[in-house]
Amino acid sequence: MTLVDAQAPIAPREAISLSEPRDFIELLKPRVMSLVILTAVTGLVVAPVHMHPMLAAISILAIAIGAGAAGALNMWYDADIDAMMTRTARRPVPTGRVTGETALAFGLALSLLSVCLLGLASNWFAAGFLAFTIFFYAVIYTIGLKRFTPQNIVIGGAAGAFPPMVGYAAATGGLSVESTILFLIIFLWTPPHFWALALFKLRDYGSAGVPMLPNVAGERATRIQIFAYSLVLAPIGVAPFLFGYAGPAYGVVSTLLGLNFLRHAFVVLKMADGDEKMIPAKKLFGFSILYLFGLFAMLLVDAAITMTIGG
Amino acid sequence: MIVEREDRIRLTESEKRAQRNRSIAIGVVLVALVVIFYLVTVAKMAS
Repeated sequence: MTLVDAQAPIAPREAISLSEPRDFIELLKPRVMSLVILTAVTGLVVAPVHMHPMLAAISILAIAIGAGAAGALNMWYDADIDAMMTRTARRPVPTGRVTGETALAFGLALSLLSVCLLGLASNWFAAGFLAFTIFFYAVIYTIGLKRFTPQNIVIGGAAGAFPPMVGYAAATGGLSVESTILFLIIFLWTPPHFWALALFKLRDYGSAGVPMLPNVAGERATRIQIFAYSLVLAPIGVAPFLFGYAGPAYGVVSTLLGLNFLRHAFVVLKMADGDEKMIPAKKLFGFSILYLFGLFAMLLVDAAITMTIGG
Repeated sequence: MIVEREDRIRLTESEKRAQRNRSIAIGVVLVALVVIFYLVTVAKMAS
């Protein structure tokens, strides 16, 4: 009950938010976050310096929150084009479940929190690197590249490739050849992964005005680019074994996964022009996720075996 | 004339439920943050 002037005009009823906690979790892009956690943990585990387990776990949490923050900022800025694509139209901002302002505030608050938390739990070099990663994804990729160049995925892919380097930096306070190879694996994996998606979501990206490679250069050029990147990716995937910081089990698994990736990419290369179903592209997209999870999970298993044998 | 009357905005059941769920989530996150910062402090002092 409140005392009010009975003669005062009744203001129009303001919209009360119907957003649920799960909408905010969706803003964090949980599936991307799970990949970031896996790759950051791998970067941290392959580092020659061992962190306090509690500080290591909190550092990984901070990196995951940072990735989620970047996802929220991306959803805030891209709400207009997300609304035009079937894959993204049900996201919280385009559906109105979360307002753009709320998504922006949420992303900025989580960015600040994640960077401070990582700085306190590990070191400020890693925290600065995480801040740069969020900036790279939200500003350089989302705002600067995505709508203006078909190379958006190539350059923007660096943002998704930084987490293992951040994990490594959290443990060591610096960078190395090992962490750079982990970066290169994700960096070279990103274009064939997203171009395979863009091939069978061609119309979606086209109607939203996003200049993905198939819309700009055509399907044939995209299929050639996918195969070219796969040719470079396959040997880089084996590099942790060749450089001696992963064992023979990783060497065998990464070689088999790489050959299978190349096989999928070759089938895409040979796909007929104007193929409506795009089944090879869908298969490559699905396998590419398995490939990256497989490589990093195997690196973790390998590190665990090494630690067990080494006592 | 000043009279006592009910608030003009009445939340619907779904609005009340959403608001309650958000409040609980914020509470859980705040408690989790307190625990996390406590654990960082303890681990830093121990290492």
